Amino acid sequence: MKSNDVILQTVANIVLFIILMFSVFLFFNGHHEPGGGFIGGLMTSSALVLLLLAYDLETVKRILPVDFKLVTAAGLLVAVGTGMGSFFFGAPFLSQTYDYFHFPVLGELELATALIFDVGVYLVVVGITLTIIQTIGEDR
Amino acid sequence: MIQGLLTVSAVILSLSILLALYRVAKGPSMPDRVLALDMIGINLISLVAVVSLIQETTAYLEVFLLLGILAFIGTVALSKFIEKGVVIERRRD
Repeated sequence: MKSNDVILQTVANIVLFIILMFSVFLFFNGHHEPGGGFIGGLMTSSALVLLLLAYDLETVKRILPVDFKLVTAAGLLVAVGTGMGSFFFGAPFLSQTYDYFHFPVLGELELATALIFDVGVYLVVVGITLTIIQTIGEDR
Repeated sequence: MIQGLLTVSAVILSLSILLALYRVAKGPSMPDRVLALDMIGINLISLVAVVSLIQETTAYLEVFLLLGILAFIGTVALSKFIEKGVVIERRRD
């Protein structure tokens, strides 16, 4: 039986970008309010799961040709790298710092090195959840 | 006054969730249960909103959007499982 999923695919094409923007918002919100790398990564992977539901496994692999095991490895490398980076300044492992910078449009912003550790957490969560889902979804 | 009204609406929303739970437990067919679970998700959003008004905090604002997105994706996945038998297809014809 040939089925027609035009409503689901049209809705998924629009909602995908809303969910991705929400995940980026949660990721950058995590320093002072609820949010952070873990929930941001889960929202990004749920957006890609919606894409997997609306289309199929090979289409998603074609439009997003990323090996998610490598994403997990890159995230772990970033997280360890922020820990090791504090050695260059004579500080203990995983110690963090922050400073205020001035940007042309955004104004004064507080940038912390904990954000780079959060990038590592984000990449690990996205990589692991999508590796699990793609591995289970392959029925052969 | 406002607190009393909010408490009453929270109780009404809880009753609505209980009625939907009865449909989940009793429902004769599978689509009944899926629709009742979707309704529970939407009612939970309202309940969290009322609770955040009662506690006078904005810490739950992300939870509304999160619950909406998760209820949508869960309902789509269950519907696809009922219709086609697989959730994620390998190759669409």
